[in-house]
Amino acid sequence: MDPLFFLLFAFIAVACGVNVVLQKHPISSALSLVAVMASLAVLYLLQGAEFIAMAQMIVYAGAIMVLFIFVIMLLNAGPEETKGRSWAALIFGVPAIIGLMGALAYFMQTGMPELGSVKFGDWKGGGAYEVGYALFTEYLLPFEVTSVLILIAIVGAIVLARKEID
Amino acid sequence: MEFLVITGVKLALILFIFMTALAYLQWVERKVIAHVQVRMGPSRVGPHGLLQPLADVIKLITKEGVLPPHVNKFYYLAAPFFAVFMALISISIIPFGTDLTIPAITLGGATYGPWKTMMELADVNVGVLLILAVSSLGVYGIALAGWSSNNKYALLGGLRSSAQMISYELPMSLAIAAPLLTAGSLSLRTIADTQTGFYFGVIPHWAIFQFPAPQIFSFIIFMIAAFAETNRIPFDLPEAENELVAGFHVEYSSMSFAAFFMAEYANMVTVCSVATILYLGGWQPLFPASLGSDLIAPLLLAGCGAICLYHGLHPARPFDRITLPVFAVVFFGLAGLMAFPPTIPILMPIFWFLAKLLFLLFLFVWIRATLPRFRYDQLMGFAWKFLFPVALLNLLITGFLVALAS
Repeated sequence: MDPLFFLLFAFIAVACGVNVVLQKHPISSALSLVAVMASLAVLYLLQGAEFIAMAQMIVYAGAIMVLFIFVIMLLNAGPEETKGRSWAALIFGVPAIIGLMGALAYFMQTGMPELGSVKFGDWKGGGAYEVGYALFTEYLLPFEVTSVLILIAIVGAIVLARKEID
Repeated sequence: MEFLVITGVKLALILFIFMTALAYLQWVERKVIAHVQVRMGPSRVGPHGLLQPLADVIKLITKEGVLPPHVNKFYYLAAPFFAVFMALISISIIPFGTDLTIPAITLGGATYGPWKTMMELADVNVGVLLILAVSSLGVYGIALAGWSSNNKYALLGGLRSSAQMISYELPMSLAIAAPLLTAGSLSLRTIADTQTGFYFGVIPHWAIFQFPAPQIFSFIIFMIAAFAETNRIPFDLPEAENELVAGFHVEYSSMSFAAFFMAEYANMVTVCSVATILYLGGWQPLFPASLGSDLIAPLLLAGCGAICLYHGLHPARPFDRITLPVFAVVFFGLAGLMAFPPTIPILMPIFWFLAKLLFLLFLFVWIRATLPRFRYDQLMGFAWKFLFPVALLNLLITGFLVALAS
């Protein structure tokens, strides 16, 4: 059952990811991105990381993408206008990306054998307790530094916006 | 196989009861508001307007669904579906009672069962987070409806709704985090189970009374944010009819129009259930059974029956002579069922859960009948400058007290 779900949602994730690029209208692209986030959450869930899956849904699909959609709606952005799309990019780009991904997957598997293979639902570090414990012991410094970074970003956004108003 | 059958039966039961309840919530709302404003409310279809929801549903289904020519067809048609879908998902993880054991039955020599099942569809160990995630996805339905309608009023309604829901999600999540600290779990069933028992034999262990950090402020913040999340008065700016005609659903008709109302009522039921489980002890009674909490339900229902019988014997309107005694018989029957010893352990938790849930739903309607609407800047200022700091403070104090007590 698990591999079936994995294949299904992996396919949805990839298809929606391609759709983000292919869609002409920004709202359609943003909604495809929401679908990518949701299927990634299901993939996390399949591996037993239920807390991270839900955090993914709440933060990415529920907050960040809503803001994206909000801005697109507020600006009332119309469909994208494309002109002079290069055929050479299409002909060489698709094989190149497939080749790059294949090479990456190959080197990941051979270069890092200690990673092993994925076992569905086998990972025990994804609950709320484990994530909280790891965040406040092992990863305390990166966690706090990230918080400060986000604070700086917020302050910077406000400063830039004020300059615009004045 | 057995699991599938039991889940299927539960699914059918919950869906049927929930859908009927949604339709009747509308009736309750209209009736309560009418009585607050000293009117009669719906009273033509059926006794006391009791068949009004049925009439409304038939009317909405049979009406022609108009597809305006200027809309974005795909999103216009998908938005109400999405709103209802997201509103209905979260009800599947709400526990509304303790476990239920169905005794074994012998059929033609073969024995089936006994079956043991929980009174909910699924016990998710990150249930609270799932509810938050689904409720934060619910905004897409409203925002897309507003945008795809290609109408200024609808777009403004959708924009207001998404801004408001993002803003009120923060105080709501912070308010929820505080009782989670005392409960120490994210599963709704476990949270309700930690609130079993009584202090000094009388005061229940509900989170709003719980040692070491009573969550009364958290409860109030949660309820205020819940009003905003469900777009109810006093926070119903997305559909403010004196500014925006009808807000995000101004271009909708027929069933897709009804879908938004269904989603709104389903969201109301969900947030009230979550409040009941997180703060009001779920299905735990108000006072212990040794003091007679099991008698409340039959007495209450018998009292309702007696009132109905009295008014049926002294009718104010001609048809009361027939309808009210029928209600009285129904109430007396329910009271008898509640007092019947074998059913007490099954029905009592459901009664207490429903009592708290209905009280909170009544609060929603009561406030709609009482309060005026906020202005939009007041709404935003209230969320960011008052609710958010208070929720943060409450979380800090709770964390401090929990750390001291452990």
